Amino acid sequence: MQTPTSSPALRAEGQASPAPARPAGTGLSSGSDSAPPVAPVALPAPNVMAQLVSHPLFLRLVSVVIVFSAWEYAGRVPISPAFPTFLETMDALSGLVADGTLFQAFWITLQPLAIGLLASVVVGVAFGVTMGLNRLAEWFGAPLFIIAQSAPLAALIPILTFAYGIGLTAKVMTVCIMAMPVIVLNSLNAVRHTPLSLLEMGRSFLGSRWQVIWKIVLPAAAPVIFAGLRLGCAAGFIGVILAELLITPTGIGDIITYNQSIAEYAKMYAAIFSIIVFSVLFIELIERLEVTLFRPEKRATR
Amino acid sequence: MVIGKIRVPLFCSLIIWAALWEVVGRSGASFIIPPLSAVFARIVEIVPTATFAEALWITGKAFLLGNAIAIAVGVPLGVIMGRSIIADRVFLPWVNLFLSAPLTALVPVIMVIFGLGETTIVMTVVLFAVWIIVLDARAGVRGISPSLVEMAQVFGANPWQAFGKIYIYAALPEILSGIRLGMIRAVKGVVIGQLLVSIIGFGRLFELYSSRFLMEHFWALLFVLFAFAFTLNEVLAWLERKVDYYAAARH
Amino acid sequence: MNAATAEAIPAEPRAIVEVEDVSKVYPGGTEALNHVSLDFPEGQLTTLLGPSGCGKTTLLKIIAGLIPATGGEVRVDGKVVTGPGPERAFVFQDFALMPWANVLRNVAFGLELRGVARSEREAVAESYIGQVGLKGFEKAYPHELSGGMRQRVGLARALTVNAKVLLMDEPFSAVDEQTRRKFQEDLLELVARERKTFLFVTHSIEEAVYVSDRIVLLSRRPSRVSQIVEPDIPRGDDPEAIRRDPAYIDTVEEIWQGLKKYLDEGV
Repeated sequence: MQTPTSSPALRAEGQASPAPARPAGTGLSSGSDSAPPVAPVALPAPNVMAQLVSHPLFLRLVSVVIVFSAWEYAGRVPISPAFPTFLETMDALSGLVADGTLFQAFWITLQPLAIGLLASVVVGVAFGVTMGLNRLAEWFGAPLFIIAQSAPLAALIPILTFAYGIGLTAKVMTVCIMAMPVIVLNSLNAVRHTPLSLLEMGRSFLGSRWQVIWKIVLPAAAPVIFAGLRLGCAAGFIGVILAELLITPTGIGDIITYNQSIAEYAKMYAAIFSIIVFSVLFIELIERLEVTLFRPEKRATR
Repeated sequence: MVIGKIRVPLFCSLIIWAALWEVVGRSGASFIIPPLSAVFARIVEIVPTATFAEALWITGKAFLLGNAIAIAVGVPLGVIMGRSIIADRVFLPWVNLFLSAPLTALVPVIMVIFGLGETTIVMTVVLFAVWIIVLDARAGVRGISPSLVEMAQVFGANPWQAFGKIYIYAALPEILSGIRLGMIRAVKGVVIGQLLVSIIGFGRLFELYSSRFLMEHFWALLFVLFAFAFTLNEVLAWLERKVDYYAAARH
Repeated sequence: MNAATAEAIPAEPRAIVEVEDVSKVYPGGTEALNHVSLDFPEGQLTTLLGPSGCGKTTLLKIIAGLIPATGGEVRVDGKVVTGPGPERAFVFQDFALMPWANVLRNVAFGLELRGVARSEREAVAESYIGQVGLKGFEKAYPHELSGGMRQRVGLARALTVNAKVLLMDEPFSAVDEQTRRKFQEDLLELVARERKTFLFVTHSIEEAVYVSDRIVLLSRRPSRVSQIVEPDIPRGDDPEAIRRDPAYIDTVEEIWQGLKKYLDEGV
């Protein structure tokens, strides 16, 4: 796949590929040989230790603890007056959750996001697939999206505000311009790169054009289209936050800007923390959904 | 695209779009769409000015510095993650998280810590660019053929030699690809940072033009930026293809 | 496989596939085929053999109707080929299985495209899955199978549509050597059992001599027919015996001598 969006690490959803097994945790607990009488009992210890250290979940937990401790420490130094500790932030977060502010903010933020993403997904996949199937459509439309893909489209936001005012529409449009190009281009490339032998197979077994598109091209393109949807959703989140910071402060953007202006940094950080966690969980959810609904062969191996 | 027997290159359709724009612009349908010819006239007018040069200088400086930091941090981190399973398990969740997280939400954090100046823009660029560089460098190192790693061991290369003489070169195609994608993200980062800070560089110009409804100026600036981003992408993609023979020879 | 069925085929079977004066020039000027004329007798296994890069796969795909010839025509059962048809089925070099579909759906896919009802096509598919030795793997996905098993799926799919002519494009080239030998033995059995015409493409001389009734040697690009060999090897009950038969060894040697000159020219 030679697309502007392709990256060796992102190619074919290889992000979460399991690491090859290698011996880990050597020499971490070598003190047992100093006490011969208990040696037989202590013998399994290095093994258990090594297993524990190399266990993915354990290391993930360690990594979370390290990062949050570092945050806590940096906040206590403090590295900046505008840098609250981890615990202060969590405290502020629970406060925002308790008084309902956070849910209200999310409700407001999610409206332009949901509308914009839905529109981008429907329109984007339709555009991309059409261009993948039709050379004329590709010739006509693809250059616009290729430029949009590499361009800093965020700069269009002031123009969107002129065109649509400062309400919901401008924010929806912001989400769309951020999310759509990657969805369109991924769909286009996915369709264009259907394995030739599968296409020949469809033809040689007398599939009609629509059968080949419906039963071969689209299923074969699904993984890359979904990769585009994940990237598009991530871009949509970027767009909605940007819109809320730049156009008018509403929702999460309002909590961020308001608390920034009154120097309630813990609350500001808590809002940022919550939207980042939310977006990551949301994208994870899409991936799960993809596997459950559209990828029986992946489900089979789980 | 083939019309008759003549192959019409892909980007020729832009001429049609441009013509369409010109027609809409001239019809005066909306003040936000000025005729394209007027926008191009503005480009010629704006680009030689001192204000533009200053904005370009500030933006370019932040962009290059941010990228340099992102590469200097990202590539070694990615190589370490590719070689060490522990480092990989510790860092990978965070790299993946920040790769798809709405980084715009973190820009206000950078703003309150570093103030409303050039440092903030540089940090925004780093924040946008670094993660994909790490991930691609990691992928590149993991893609090195095991026999090359064994060769390094057999010939007694110490870890530093192995790192500097083998892993970096063997993973070069992926590393370059990561840097290209990092730069694309950096362009977006530098613009988003300046839009939010809005008192320096192009951000200030955008603010100036939009507050005075100078649509021709605004579009002219946008076109310059888009053209720059597109050219950058194409040049880097071309460079990447140049090392492709190398990737092919590696496997 | 036994001699009785082989002899039951008339001495002069009619030509079911006729290739007449076919040429193929790819866009860009690569000349793959140069006025090839050939007949493929019904009920036999004919192999197209030649150095790699010669037009053997191109010729097979032209017969399949997957790519158009630039000159000449192909007739199957007397009808001129303009595209794929129900009397021909294709077995692909890279298997061409749909990774998102299980074995049962992959095998039944040819019938699915023809609009055969689900229960009916799955019954047919199941019987062929059993015949190729994959019983119990109906619900497995291609990535869970070995290369050899995948090609059995590809073969079963081609058999379900009950075509008269089976076109096989280097079907065993992506399979390891042991599996390949077993495949060749099974193919002989299949040819004897299914009274179909097989067109087989390979670059392996041993494979060609082992499985073929007739071997068509193609020259380097632009290909023409350089020689037709009809191995006269007794096909007894023991498939292993063929590989030890002097006639087998002689034929392999004869073809090798014939092909070697192209290699020398190439160097």
